[in-house]
Amino acid sequence: MIGMTLIVKTIAQWIKSFIFLYGVYITLYGHLTPGGGFAGGVIMVCSFILLTLAFGKKKVLSKLSKALASELDSIGSLIFLAIATLGMSIGGVFFGNFIQKNIPGREFALLSAGMIPLCNIAIAIKVGSSLFMVFIILAVLRVVEKEGRLEMIQTEMREDE
Amino acid sequence: MNIIPLFIVLPLTVAFIIPMISRKFIKLPDVLGNLTTLTLVFLSVSVIGKTGVYMIGGWKMPLGINMVIDGLSVLMLVTINVVAFASTLYSVDYMKMYTSKLRYYSLFLLMLTGMNGVVLTGDLFNLYVFLEIASIASYALVGFGCEYDELEAAFKYLVLGIVASSFILFGIAVIYGSVGSLNMAQISEVIKQRGMNNALLFAAALFLMGFGLKAALVPFHAWLPDAHSSAPAPISAMLSGVLIKTLGIYTIIRVVYNIFGISERLSLILMIMGTLSMVIGVLLALGQWDFKRLLAYHSISQVGYVILGIGLGTPLGILGGLFHLINHSVFKALLFLNAGSVEYATGTRQMEEMGGLSEKMPVTATTSLIASMSIAGIPPFNGFWSKLIIIAACIQAGHPVLALLAVIASILTLASFMKVQKYVFFEKLKEKWNDIREVPLLMCVAMVILSVLCVFMGLLLIPAAWNSFLNPAVQVVLEGTGYALRVLGQ
Amino acid sequence: MIYALCLILFLIGLYGVLVKKNIIKIVIGLIIMDYAINLFLLLVGYKKNGIPPIISKGDDIAEFARNSVDPLPQALVLTSIVIGLGVIALMVAIAIRLYERNGTFDITKMRRLKG
Repeated sequence: MIGMTLIVKTIAQWIKSFIFLYGVYITLYGHLTPGGGFAGGVIMVCSFILLTLAFGKKKVLSKLSKALASELDSIGSLIFLAIATLGMSIGGVFFGNFIQKNIPGREFALLSAGMIPLCNIAIAIKVGSSLFMVFIILAVLRVVEKEGRLEMIQTEMREDE
Repeated sequence: MNIIPLFIVLPLTVAFIIPMISRKFIKLPDVLGNLTTLTLVFLSVSVIGKTGVYMIGGWKMPLGINMVIDGLSVLMLVTINVVAFASTLYSVDYMKMYTSKLRYYSLFLLMLTGMNGVVLTGDLFNLYVFLEIASIASYALVGFGCEYDELEAAFKYLVLGIVASSFILFGIAVIYGSVGSLNMAQISEVIKQRGMNNALLFAAALFLMGFGLKAALVPFHAWLPDAHSSAPAPISAMLSGVLIKTLGIYTIIRVVYNIFGISERLSLILMIMGTLSMVIGVLLALGQWDFKRLLAYHSISQVGYVILGIGLGTPLGILGGLFHLINHSVFKALLFLNAGSVEYATGTRQMEEMGGLSEKMPVTATTSLIASMSIAGIPPFNGFWSKLIIIAACIQAGHPVLALLAVIASILTLASFMKVQKYVFFEKLKEKWNDIREVPLLMCVAMVILSVLCVFMGLLLIPAAWNSFLNPAVQVVLEGTGYALRVLGQ
Repeated sequence: MIYALCLILFLIGLYGVLVKKNIIKIVIGLIIMDYAINLFLLLVGYKKNGIPPIISKGDDIAEFARNSVDPLPQALVLTSIVIGLGVIALMVAIAIRLYERNGTFDITKMRRLKG
């Protein structure tokens, strides 16, 4: 049987949305409360890891394939660099907070602090997809019983990239 | 002044674009990689002679992170980008032996970003972040083809590299705890007012250990022969040519001269470590029969020359040390590219099996002869001038024993390279090498570019060129803690 | 004092790297060294009876600046944790590949590069 028992599978299916939503909340409020992009990205990918542990690798890879995770990785960091370079052309200084200078928001509101929430979102996407790829690639070894002793075999080593 | 961030943004952007759009076009990684390094060469030549401070985000010092260009940074930038251009030109054909080219170019450009960032920054923790980016990319590149030898070398290099980074972070934490700031100029101001106490001496010792491990000084040299001989040839050229100098020697110069201020004890420690590296490196290299391992041991010895020159503290010594740094980058990269060509054509690295290759591979043999004469110190190539200046500086500073040891090490280097030339290129051709051919065109072009630089870099000592290129770098090192006044005054 | 305990933790990690023969134990030793340095960096910014460095609405700024702990080491430690994560992932991947080639985790049997 692939994956874990029925109880674990049912509870994982109920909880995964809440974990993902919690990660999104920590990312978006990163300029007001502790957390920010990195912590939010790690929590977002924890929901995928929970699904992998409960259901097996093939089911999760059909939802978020390796190619898509690789693309999201590059897109996240390119968005971050684009924001920094826009600061150079509009605001005059590299990484300058050009939104805060032109359209300042109220203090302690959600839509304030210029470009910091946008940078947080880009970092969360990048960190999330990187950690997901690390977990999937390192999960190629399994321990099986062979002739009465334990041995490690590898599965699906060379897939397409 | 706005082009300073371009040195970091440009390779980083291309490093992330390459995996995204290269599934359709097969030749695209080569073209993009070479265009990037060519652009960086032009950018770095265009900043020669300028100085300035650039504040990121518009935050005034000492609140924000700033980037500083002065004579020493320009010297290192030009060296790094020229050697990187020759390496990417060489790897268009060489990396056909390995599997995945687009990951190779991404990692290479990430390493280049890290190195450019280390020489440009003016903030201590930012230096640590860029140093880690360059180091992690180089760990992955050393074990690139996943054969057994390369994995073992990559693991040894990884463990020692992480220990070095831990020491450096520990030193940064101690400095922050006792000074209260992370900006290099402001730390230097505070140390000048208060004087050194025990915590700052502990931090200086930790820095010397950490950066000495990255620069492969004796007694921290154990990772270098395995890592530099198992990596693919253009990566060996980059590692031995620029990485150990940027992450090790440039940071030691900044920390010892510009932050702490040179003193008797620090100068003595640097001179002792330099002499030990010089002598032990060349003695260990005499018994080697593997081409790339021999070149790696000679790297340890030549880095010892540079640290000896810098540790003397006199203007002539610093000039000799910095000039030998850029000379060694060029001719050691050329020697590693030659070793790679020989391996590409014959498939082996053991010198006993080769012989008489100069008939079949004329370009490789000629450039190898030029590089060997440079490293051994034969006039009029560039190695001769820099070694002469270092030996003269030793005698002028009153250490004739060290000058004698430098001359002995130079003679042993000459003997070792005569052995290399005789066994690899100049005997009779063996039977099994009858149908090898010269390496492809782009690899030859890369080797010829570096050898032309070898021949003409002795001309950098003419006063007109000296004033614009080498002299500003020497002045920056000599002014020591005056760095703080210059940076904070802007 | 507290800083001496951080140094002892660092030395325990260093002992693990130098003495142990199993690759996984070397990896764990390096992780402990990383944690010791992060802990030391955080403790440098501590202030007795300090409040957490989060401003909420209606706080007096001068009072806050006098009482809160130093927030700069917390940002530095966040960066350092991310760097440590990347390096450990790379090291574990190399350790797995080494196990495939050799069939053992013992480093005294992997001594082919010598001289």
